[in-house]
Amino acid sequence: MKHEITLHVNGDEYPIAVDPWRTLNEVLREDLNLTGTKFGCGSGDCGACTVLVEGRSVNSCLTLAVEMDGREITTVEGLAPSGERLHPIQEAFVERGAIQCGFCTPGMELSALHLLEKNPKPTEAEIRSAISGNLCRCTGYNKIVEAVADAAGRMKPKK
Amino acid sequence: MTLSKFDYYGPKTVAEAVGLLGEIGEGAKVMAGGTDVLVRIRHRMLKPRAVVGLKRIEGLNGISCGPKRGLSVGATALLADVAAHRGIRRLYPGIAEAALGTANVQVRNMATLAGNLCNASPAADNAPTLLALNAELTIQGPGGERKRPLEGFFKGPGVTDLAPEEVVTAIFVPPPAERSGTAYLHLSARGKHDCTAVGVGVMLAMAGRKCRDARIFISACGPTPLRAPQAEQMLIGQVPTDKRMAEAGVRASGEALPICDIRASADYRCRVLGVLTRRALQAARDRAAKKG
Ligand SMILES: Cc1cc2nc3c(=O)[nH]c(=O)nc-3n(C[C@H](O)[C@H](O)[C@H](O)COP(=O)(O)OP(=O)(O)OC[C@H]3O[C@@H](n4cnc5c(N)ncnc54)[C@H](O)[C@@H]3O)c2cc1C
Ligand code: FES
Ligand code: FES
Repeated sequence: MKHEITLHVNGDEYPIAVDPWRTLNEVLREDLNLTGTKFGCGSGDCGACTVLVEGRSVNSCLTLAVEMDGREITTVEGLAPSGERLHPIQEAFVERGAIQCGFCTPGMELSALHLLEKNPKPTEAEIRSAISGNLCRCTGYNKIVEAVADAAGRMKPKK
Repeated sequence: MTLSKFDYYGPKTVAEAVGLLGEIGEGAKVMAGGTDVLVRIRHRMLKPRAVVGLKRIEGLNGISCGPKRGLSVGATALLADVAAHRGIRRLYPGIAEAALGTANVQVRNMATLAGNLCNASPAADNAPTLLALNAELTIQGPGGERKRPLEGFFKGPGVTDLAPEEVVTAIFVPPPAERSGTAYLHLSARGKHDCTAVGVGVMLAMAGRKCRDARIFISACGPTPLRAPQAEQMLIGQVPTDKRMAEAGVRASGEALPICDIRASADYRCRVLGVLTRRALQAARDRAAKKG
């Protein structure tokens, strides 16, 4: 039986009917066409599928869409909603060369956002620990760690 | 690979959840965070007819903690919240350490403490410390509520004392004993982020210069978390010097039943267990001393 649910993604509402066995990752990518969120391992190891639910980072591959009824979800598409200006985290990733193939980038950026919202001035160790659930096969991580530290400086404290 | 097909139920109360498990019968699977359940479904190790999700049950994610009332963690409280909880970090640092040492940020934002126990992996990171602290489970079933010690709950890899229609509703930890300390240490093949190859959780209580009580539990070195009673006896009534703790560590590794698998060889596990046990005991002793 399909379940009627409403997903709130990046501020938009999507009333949809979903099969109970479908993951949030599948529904975002296949039904909502939000393909910025990637699918890698499907088992919680790589973090390519990371999204924020009510501000907390989770693996969308291990989240049932039906359990997301009414919850606020942020994907990488929500970082720069206007499409004109990048989010400071994205700017830092671009300028610091923290992106090579780009497959890990959406997940990395959301993990970075999850960290910086709670901890605006993280140490290097805190950054490394915050992205420990995100694998990158290209960069060797150093540029990503530098980019997150740089982004911390660019993000204005919320008033 | 997509998940195999199943029905989903999101009960609003524990009684409703227990009722559903009974009605659906075989093929029903309780799910909290799903970080074990959904991985097993994806890998075709599990093919439930129906998943009964607990996360919509109101009030089940509470954490209450105080020096007099002890600690109570609801069944859907997240590992991330246990790890970050101020009261837990102050009164039960070993429990917070074990929660923080489990998996990664995203998984801790979904997974529950209760799920870690009910999954009954021999390598479950949160079991040893809770066992060392005499934790107790509250369980709801068709016949009502029962409580039981966590010790004896694990029956084998993936097997617990729970009946199929029973649900754990909370984990209770008694108030910390006077002048006591806890610690949890673990190692895996790759830093702290891979599944634990050897873990040890300890509780040490002091009286004067002597050790009044000691509890030592080991993970990933047998079919369930194991107690090391001989090592405990080497400490109780004694002054816990570094030398004595090293000897107790060696004894604990003799009490383990490690196997060789992809995470470590049995020999490696034994050697490391001795060292980790000594270090955990020292940390617990130092914490107990600080409480004065
Ligand atoms: C990438 C990754 C890394 C991981 N790393 C670690 C690690 O380092 N250490 C570690 O110990 N574990 C690790 N795990 C395993 C898992 O995350 C933990 O065991 C977690 O605590 C399970 O909690 P959950 O709420 O997700 O459980 P679920 O998957 O929802 O359930 C687990 C089991 O418990 C049962 N269950 C859950 N809640 C209840 C309840 N209230 N009453 C009765 N039965 C119940 C379910 O039926 C199922 O059998 C990892 C998992 C992943 C995906
Ligand atoms: S695809 Fe979700 S963690 Fe790898
Ligand atoms: S840039 Fe290729 S995986 Fe990270």
